[in-house]
Amino acid sequence: MTIVLVAVMGGVGAATRFVVDGLVRSRTRGAFPLATVLINVSGSLLLGILTGAALFGGLGPTVLLACGTGFCGGYTTFSTAMVDTVRLVQAGETRRAVLNVLGTAVLAVAAAALGILIVQALVR
Amino acid sequence: MARPVHLDPALVLLVAAGGALGTAARYLLITAVPPHDGWPVATLVANVTGAFLLGLLLETLVRRGTETLGVRQVRLGAGTGFLGGFTTFSTLAVETERHLADGAVGQGLVYVAASLVLGLGACLGGVVLAAARQRRKADRASRAEAS
Repeated sequence: MTIVLVAVMGGVGAATRFVVDGLVRSRTRGAFPLATVLINVSGSLLLGILTGAALFGGLGPTVLLACGTGFCGGYTTFSTAMVDTVRLVQAGETRRAVLNVLGTAVLAVAAAALGILIVQALVR
Repeated sequence: MARPVHLDPALVLLVAAGGALGTAARYLLITAVPPHDGWPVATLVANVTGAFLLGLLLETLVRRGTETLGVRQVRLGAGTGFLGGFTTFSTLAVETERHLADGAVGQGLVYVAASLVLGLGACLGGVVLAAARQRRKADRASRAEAS
């Protein structure tokens, strides 16, 4: 039954990404794919918090799977980040492409670490 | 003015349905393929194949010209929904962070770098393949017209 729960939460995550992406895009200008960056970094922060809660706060494995693998996995997207980067390269925006891919990776890993540390500090 | 795409309930539901299927497929993959010597193989495979398929799909669709409703539904259901749900950045980020925090710094850096390099290569490969297929199709059509 876990797979159904994970799938449903993944669907909710993907729909949330679609709406957030549209809202950010309608409020920003320029070629830089800020919406995808915001989505991937905020989703990584949330998964960090959930991982921290599982490690230090006793969050159960089913909730972690549903909210982490399901929601955060459906909300964040690797494939769109790659397509965004390839499109920047195609447009001759090589520096922005490198900034996009490295920036997303560094910020996402930092956000994940921050999420885990926040929970660790709160639980102590 | 028409309602923006991202606020159309039917299209949001379509993305949710695709996202549910994509997430379920990723879940099956991670249960079937456990980490190997600490390498999160399943996430890497999902992300790299998903990046290839999204590049292939979007380039194929964009080369068809003006987007019809049917094409938009395929793009949102299969692309934004399924492939967006199948791939994940948050799991990649947390897996990398766990490696770094556990002192496996080299493995963590190789994992994230390999994901990005292979992901970009695969995505570019999908785009190039779609473009080449489209050119062959156009060539065949022009030859048929000439004969």
